[in-house]
Amino acid sequence: MDINWHSFFFMAFAIFACGFALAVVISSNIVHMAFYLVLSLGATAGLFFLAGADFVGSMQLLIYVGGTLVLLIFGVMLTAQSPFISMKTKGGEWILAAIVGGSLLAILLQATLNIKEWQAGEKPLPDRAPVTASRLGMGLLGARVDELDKPAAARAGMSGYLLPFEIVSVHLLVVLIGAAYLARPKKRIVPRGFEQESQS
Amino acid sequence: MNVLAQPVGVSHFLIVGAIMFVTGAVCMATKRNALGVLMGIELVLNGANVNFVAFGSELLNPDGIGLDGQLIALFVIVLAAAEAAVALAIALNFYNNHSTIDVDRADELKG
Repeated sequence: MDINWHSFFFMAFAIFACGFALAVVISSNIVHMAFYLVLSLGATAGLFFLAGADFVGSMQLLIYVGGTLVLLIFGVMLTAQSPFISMKTKGGEWILAAIVGGSLLAILLQATLNIKEWQAGEKPLPDRAPVTASRLGMGLLGARVDELDKPAAARAGMSGYLLPFEIVSVHLLVVLIGAAYLARPKKRIVPRGFEQESQS
Repeated sequence: MNVLAQPVGVSHFLIVGAIMFVTGAVCMATKRNALGVLMGIELVLNGANVNFVAFGSELLNPDGIGLDGQLIALFVIVLAAAEAAVALAIALNFYNNHSTIDVDRADELKG
């Protein structure tokens, strides 16, 4: 029996990503949820590598798993007091969410499986994926060196991604300053009737 | 038919993306912890990212949209980081002011 190892690793990473995503939903313990989310997003980075997107996969590991999730885990640690670690959802809400989510999933899967151009071809994939990092970097600088084989009429007005790149850089700066401003320490609001205790 | 011997296509990635999207949406709808809702948002963005990368992959569909899908996926990752920073600041502020992280208790704006 011959095994296509690309498909084998795809199945393994896909099962990891979807299984831990499901575990995030099912678990009610916030610390466990954060751990499952790390594993799910890490497996997604593996899927990106298998799709031939080496640069996006490594950025997923660096920024998402290494940055965003560390931020989330800090939030979990700062708020993990005993009544908030495990908050159960009511049974009725679970049933409603399962019905709505199941129908949404059915629609998406039906749309996915019915389009012929998206199905796997009979011929095997090429052995080696083209390296994308330098072409992606040139695209972010405004030079689309990956589109040079297109006719000149199709390339007219194609300006790359320099402007969105600049906008997202400034946006990131603004967001981080805003987050630091929002999270600055403030005087705590004292509930009515507890003024004496807080002053002593 | 042996599943493991077949080559992988774009639709396989789309199925994974759809499952992650739906689990994220359900997570956003059912969790009572504000940080759980944030994790649902991360799952939704990641499911969309799987779709972008699959469509932009030169390995899976050589005559697809080229590298644009991967560039958009990079922007989504950066915007997700920014969104997580701001949402976490708001959640911590809410926790400092109200001593709870339960989103059902954030009902001061009701008429």
